[in-house]
Amino acid sequence: MTHTVPLLSYAIWVPIVAALLVLAAGGDRNAPVQRWLALAGSITGFVVTIPLYLNFRLDVAGMQFVELAPWIQQFNIHYHLGVDGISLLFLMLNSFITILVVISGWSVIENRVGQYLASFLVLSGLLNGVFSALDAVLFYVFFEATLIPMFIIIGVWGGPNRVYAALKFFLYTLAGSLLMLIALLYLYGKSGGSFAILDWHQLPLPLEAQKWLFFGFLLAFAVKVPMWPVHTWLPDAHTEAPTGGSVVLAAILLKLGAYGLIRFSLPILPDASRDLAWFMIALSLVAVVYIGLVALVQNDMKKLIAYSSISHMGFVTLGFFVFNALGLEGALVQMISHGFVSAAMFLCVGVMYDRMHTRMISDYGGVVNTMPKFAALMMLFAMANSGLPATSGFVGEFMVILGAMKANFWIAFAAATTLIFGAAYTLWLYKRVIFGAVANEHVAGLKDLNGREFLVLGLLAAAVLWMGVYPLPFTEVMHASVNELLRHVALPKI
Amino acid sequence: MLPATLSPAAIALLDHLPALPEVLLLAGTCALMIVDLFVKSERRDATFALAYAILAGCALATLFALTLAGFDKYYLFNKLFVADLMSHLLKLAAYIAVALALAYSRRYLYDRGLLKGEFISLLLFALLGMMIMMSANSFLTLYMGLELLSLCLYSLVALNRDSAVSTEAAMKYFVLGALASGMLLYGMSMIYGASGTLNIGEVSRQVGNLSANASERTILVFGLVFMIAGVAFKLGAAPFHMWVPDVYQGAPTAITLVIGSAPKLAAFAMAIRLLVNGLLDMAVDWQQMLVVLSIASMAIGNITAIAQTNIKRMLAYSTIAHMGFMLLGLLSGVVDGNWLNKDDAYSAAMFYTVVYVLMSLGAFGMLVHLSGRGYECERLEDLKGLNRRSPWHAFIMLILMFSLAGVPPTAGFYAKLSVIYAAVAAGQIWLAVVAVLLSLVGAFYYLRVVKLMYFDEPAGDAQAIPDDRMPRMLLSANGLALLALGIMPQPLMSLCFAAIKGL
Repeated sequence: MTHTVPLLSYAIWVPIVAALLVLAAGGDRNAPVQRWLALAGSITGFVVTIPLYLNFRLDVAGMQFVELAPWIQQFNIHYHLGVDGISLLFLMLNSFITILVVISGWSVIENRVGQYLASFLVLSGLLNGVFSALDAVLFYVFFEATLIPMFIIIGVWGGPNRVYAALKFFLYTLAGSLLMLIALLYLYGKSGGSFAILDWHQLPLPLEAQKWLFFGFLLAFAVKVPMWPVHTWLPDAHTEAPTGGSVVLAAILLKLGAYGLIRFSLPILPDASRDLAWFMIALSLVAVVYIGLVALVQNDMKKLIAYSSISHMGFVTLGFFVFNALGLEGALVQMISHGFVSAAMFLCVGVMYDRMHTRMISDYGGVVNTMPKFAALMMLFAMANSGLPATSGFVGEFMVILGAMKANFWIAFAAATTLIFGAAYTLWLYKRVIFGAVANEHVAGLKDLNGREFLVLGLLAAAVLWMGVYPLPFTEVMHASVNELLRHVALPKI
Repeated sequence: MLPATLSPAAIALLDHLPALPEVLLLAGTCALMIVDLFVKSERRDATFALAYAILAGCALATLFALTLAGFDKYYLFNKLFVADLMSHLLKLAAYIAVALALAYSRRYLYDRGLLKGEFISLLLFALLGMMIMMSANSFLTLYMGLELLSLCLYSLVALNRDSAVSTEAAMKYFVLGALASGMLLYGMSMIYGASGTLNIGEVSRQVGNLSANASERTILVFGLVFMIAGVAFKLGAAPFHMWVPDVYQGAPTAITLVIGSAPKLAAFAMAIRLLVNGLLDMAVDWQQMLVVLSIASMAIGNITAIAQTNIKRMLAYSTIAHMGFMLLGLLSGVVDGNWLNKDDAYSAAMFYTVVYVLMSLGAFGMLVHLSGRGYECERLEDLKGLNRRSPWHAFIMLILMFSLAGVPPTAGFYAKLSVIYAAVAAGQIWLAVVAVLLSLVGAFYYLRVVKLMYFDEPAGDAQAIPDDRMPRMLLSANGLALLALGIMPQPLMSLCFAAIKGL
């Protein structure tokens, strides 16, 4: 299939060019211009991804909208882009979330506005690059480069302990990905000098080597997901990051790890993946159950949601390693849904934080009395976070549990406890913050959502409901690619 | 090729064309010393103009020789001197490095009353030394070049002769440098004793046969050990790194800039000439030694750098670490007597060296640029809140730091990628793992610089950034070049590959 319009390149480079324009617009004196420029850039970035969805062929399992150009001949590295049913939605999710981030920081960020907006736009372009790269080095370059803007975002506009959080975030992720680099170089040598990820899918490898490579990749991706026990950077990063940073971190950056697992680990190392599935399932269940309990006892709203993210991502990795279509598709749906829901939850906390400048649950209470519109919207997101039917949170979790059931009853049983823990920590958070008597005069003086905040949360609410009631537009693009992936993983390639 | 009408004299002249850059530089620098006597201006405009003209002339001459010779190799002066693609390319890189060093350091030296003609002429003589090392095809030529370079650098370190710190650094540099030269010379004499020749090509032919004989082999290995020690000293690889932090910190920053950049190219050329051109048959022996040097350098450099509060000292340890990485390429060329990996590995090391020189020029150049009159930018705190004071400078420094840390999309990443790949291809996966773990340690202190610039507020006594248009533009170009090389590394990589292939 040849497409004359390089849509994927647009999806990557439009936000980055927009970022340069924002930076070129000058310092904080021109902040209004910069905001409008960034908004225009992010909307254009989203618009160019729409034709990807409209022209996407549902019957094709392989890569579509492929772009291929030689890049570094010395190492046979190509500028090779393409999307399949697995990556397409992440591209769109990312471009969509970027618009919300730009809007949500509109009046809150007053310092170095241009740099703030430009960081997010660059990040958005790089993330699109990660999701569409088909060359391992290109993937790695985008994957690593995302660290730089996020490091700056947390460190410059973050909370009081931001330096520690930013350094921890950077070094943790770098540690994981450097070992992946060696795995990539090893595969390059083994495949006779090719960095094409799709070639590697066909590369026969002995089980021993597969296991080593599996752990090489796992370290990089597990840190990103994050899986228990390498999750400790996430609560820090989330707590200290500005609202926009938390949103992108939860909605998109965490997906990189899971995406890496299905793009690299499963198809390149199917035998090791099957062999070590018990290990991955065990780690996932620990994340689901134990981290769910940890979330229950948090005093800080952002920390609570961060732990809830880890717990939900445990569901995703669980879905991957039960090896059936229901589990895998459920995991992908869960990833998209979590993108909406966690973004919304962090935005809700952001809305309150902007007014009260505290994230402690104990400082709130009775917010519904002063912010009814906000309370209603947050109710929906809390429900979605705990997996209530008719919200997007339900679809993915239900599919993964059904998939797990096919593999083993007790796995499904353990995973299903999340429906209890998830509901417990989310609804208890909601109850303590929103309901009850007005806690103090600060809460009494709260103002309800302004137009911009309502727009952002309203868009997310619509997405959550749409996905919960009618998930077909999301799942139908996945079918062909997921089935092909499962067929491929089932074949031994020792 | 040549028209038949040329006279014999003209042909003889043409035969020596590859040495034209050296001749030009020598003659030009002698002229410059005389001209400088008559320059009254404190800013030394005429001397600088002449120096740039000489460098431009050398560059043109090198390019001319390059286009005439192409990928061929020419031996001159009874095979004492070789002109191949690698020497041409390294020379071009050295001209750029020296020209940038001149431009960056001018105002700094002027402000401190150090802008003397000696600075320029010593720098140019040092360059001549480097060029001779790059083109050396005999132990003798190599040693001569090395001594010319070293003596110029010793005196440059002591340029500020009233400063006790600088003088001490120069003394230390001189004593240790003389020791290292002695070791190198001793090693050379051993190899000469075994092979009976000083010519590197001839040595290479002899070594293969000689090393089969046990007693000859002992002598050769003995000589090799001393030679490696000499090379490691010049590179600044651990455990021969003791001079690096003291000299880098003690010398005026502008001189640190000189020492930390172009001479690394010459040291790399020396390693290639001695080890690859001369003793490739003994690769099994020297590769093992380089493994030790490489790991020790990466470990000592990266770990000690964390504890530093002085940026110059921190960058000195970072140099040590980077030389360890560069050695990864040099030690991966020959696997089990198989030379297949040779071109990839040595060109990776060359690419690393060139990229490192660019990064080092940028980083020290930035420090020189930020130092105002009567104020040195050399403590880490001096960079606090740079993003507040000047977003552009902070951004360029950001690129430099991420490039030094090896984070894409900067050139530093491809440098690391290619040497680590060389190690993986040589089957030394454990070494690659050690290297990436240590580069992770290294990432910490580069990130700390970014943290200081972006996350912290400027200190109360922060000095204004000197308004200096020319160096600022060059610094920007220097930083952006690393970004551009990070996005398009192909041209430089293939040049390095061609250079190593043409050895």
